[in-house]
Amino acid sequence: MSTIEGWFGRAFGKELNPMYYLGALTVYLFYIVLVSGIYVFVLYESSIFGAWSSLEYMSNELRWSAGIMRSLHRYASDAAIITIFAHMFREFMRDRFRGVRWYSWFTGIPVLWMTALLGISGYWLVWDTMAQYIAIASSEMMDWLPIFTEPMARNFLTSEDMNDRFFTLIAFIHVIGIPIFLVFGVWIHLFRISRSTINPPRGLAIGTLLALVVLSIVYPAVSHEQANLDTIPASVNLDWFYLNIFPLADSWSMGAIWALVWGVSVFLMILPWFPIKKQPPVAVVFPEECNGCGQCEDDCPYSAIEMVKREDDSPYDEVAVVQADHCVSCGICAGSCPSSTPFRKMDPLVTGIDMPDDSIHALRNDTNTVLENLSEDTRMIVYGCAHAANLDQYNNSGTAVITLPCTGMLPASFIDYSLRRGNVDGVFITGCVDNNCHFRHGNNWLDERIDHERKPALRSRVDRNRVHIFRAETSDQKKLGGALDEFRSYLEGYKPDTVEKEETKEVENHD
Amino acid sequence: MIKATQIIGQSVFYGLFIAATGYLSASPAYQVIEPDMALVKISMAHTSKPAGKCITQTPEQLEKLPPNMRLPVVCPRERSPLYLEVELDGKMIYQESILPAGINHDSACYNYHKIKVPAGSYNLKTRMRDSILTEGFDYTAERNVELAASDILVIDFDSKHQEFIFE
Repeated sequence: MSTIEGWFGRAFGKELNPMYYLGALTVYLFYIVLVSGIYVFVLYESSIFGAWSSLEYMSNELRWSAGIMRSLHRYASDAAIITIFAHMFREFMRDRFRGVRWYSWFTGIPVLWMTALLGISGYWLVWDTMAQYIAIASSEMMDWLPIFTEPMARNFLTSEDMNDRFFTLIAFIHVIGIPIFLVFGVWIHLFRISRSTINPPRGLAIGTLLALVVLSIVYPAVSHEQANLDTIPASVNLDWFYLNIFPLADSWSMGAIWALVWGVSVFLMILPWFPIKKQPPVAVVFPEECNGCGQCEDDCPYSAIEMVKREDDSPYDEVAVVQADHCVSCGICAGSCPSSTPFRKMDPLVTGIDMPDDSIHALRNDTNTVLENLSEDTRMIVYGCAHAANLDQYNNSGTAVITLPCTGMLPASFIDYSLRRGNVDGVFITGCVDNNCHFRHGNNWLDERIDHERKPALRSRVDRNRVHIFRAETSDQKKLGGALDEFRSYLEGYKPDTVEKEETKEVENHD
Repeated sequence: MIKATQIIGQSVFYGLFIAATGYLSASPAYQVIEPDMALVKISMAHTSKPAGKCITQTPEQLEKLPPNMRLPVVCPRERSPLYLEVELDGKMIYQESILPAGINHDSACYNYHKIKVPAGSYNLKTRMRDSILTEGFDYTAERNVELAASDILVIDFDSKHQEFIFE
């Protein structure tokens, strides 16, 4: 997966890498579908004879306006299937669908089916020979289910069986009915995701739109012949993104088709539990150290923390509460807690919110230990995460490595602390690249804390020249090695001012 | 500053993206039916006769019933299964017994069936029985049909006029 993302990264850069915005790209494609669909619907005539001829009029007489809009409507819908499946594939390969994250995966499957129904119903509206084929085929599929007493397919026996209201009904289902459920489904899909990215970067949005416009001009969407229920079309140019199930219906029994549809759906929906993901224990709140600032609630990418009114004698109004079934154990909350400062003399160090298996106390101990082991002339400490480029290979007498579940777990005060202990010349921060954090926002939060854009911020006394951030994925391993060497060389030649040197001799007590 | 290699790379990716989108949106073509074949659809919705004899109640029997239930003739609720046969040039292509819909089988009988046949001229015979109380067939029809390639012949039943329809 990293290799594929690396290819895209080389072409688009980290900022515009489409692999990081597959969900947002899908939503964006639906915007295009919506706008182009409204345009086409204004000119569409919902009647037996008007449906096909109104679309022909758009494609032939209004080729540069409604014709392009019609093509955009089709191609953006098709492209959405590509992005949806790429999105699913990526989340699967990145193992971001199990454990607590089952919810988004599970709720995404109905959204997929709603999208399929939306596409299929759209093709009915064209009422060409392909629409005739899929209308009859889907009716025959529905007739296998014990829903309708009279076979639905009888509605398409002869042209006399059809009437204009049929198109009004299908138009209602396509334009209002399914989209309402789809929007609701997407809302549920994103329910446990805070700050979900639903818009791709402008450059990617423009590029995607331009590409689809070019396709619409070069290869405009067209209809087949007008539907004629007296004959069966010998062949149809199926849209394989949406209509791939229908050829199967010609060779398989309907029972087998439904078994496949439900089998695949159930398989996908239960996939997060096979096997069950072993997750470290979730975050724990220590109310006596929590001042109710709400920073952890704000930073949590999974809406797993809520602030509730305090019932004890504490002077603070609120206290954080962890919703265990939402928590992914990333530790970002511990990194965001103002009490998570290693300068405190408390031993063991207890903070407002912490990870039972990766506590801030343990992080301070680990930092102290690895710093003491450094012996080279130029020394640096590397803080990184377990989901990006491997760091173990850089561990030596000149470089101390601390690997966290997420770099968002690192309180910025640890950078200050490491430098002020005096046995290190620089702090190197790495981990997941921008927009591709395994835990969604951890890397951004730490970068913002370092840049004083987020609380608790790195203290301004820290010599920023001695702190270097270089985000690196698995595919960036070589670059990371180079960046570390470069930073080491830089530190060798770097002369901090006198005041800074003296300050490193003492460690402040913030307790 | 965007590099030339990035422009080329993006062009390649966007090109592949729209090529895949454009191609799979209408290709490859799917052959629904072989070019020399036609389709016969046998479909009907018909309410068959009751699955038992109606009983005329005697005045004594009616007397014993509550006033609102005094029906002079009582018929069984369940209806007969519909038995249908279709022959093409003397060859049986469809033979089915269709149960009436409903938990008590008291509703109409529905069927829908498709059969592919080579295009050509045929002698078509249809027979239907809608009562288990009678022998033989209640409705029959025969006609010569000419089916061109891709033609659809619909065999239906007009319950109002009690006759087969060929469309």
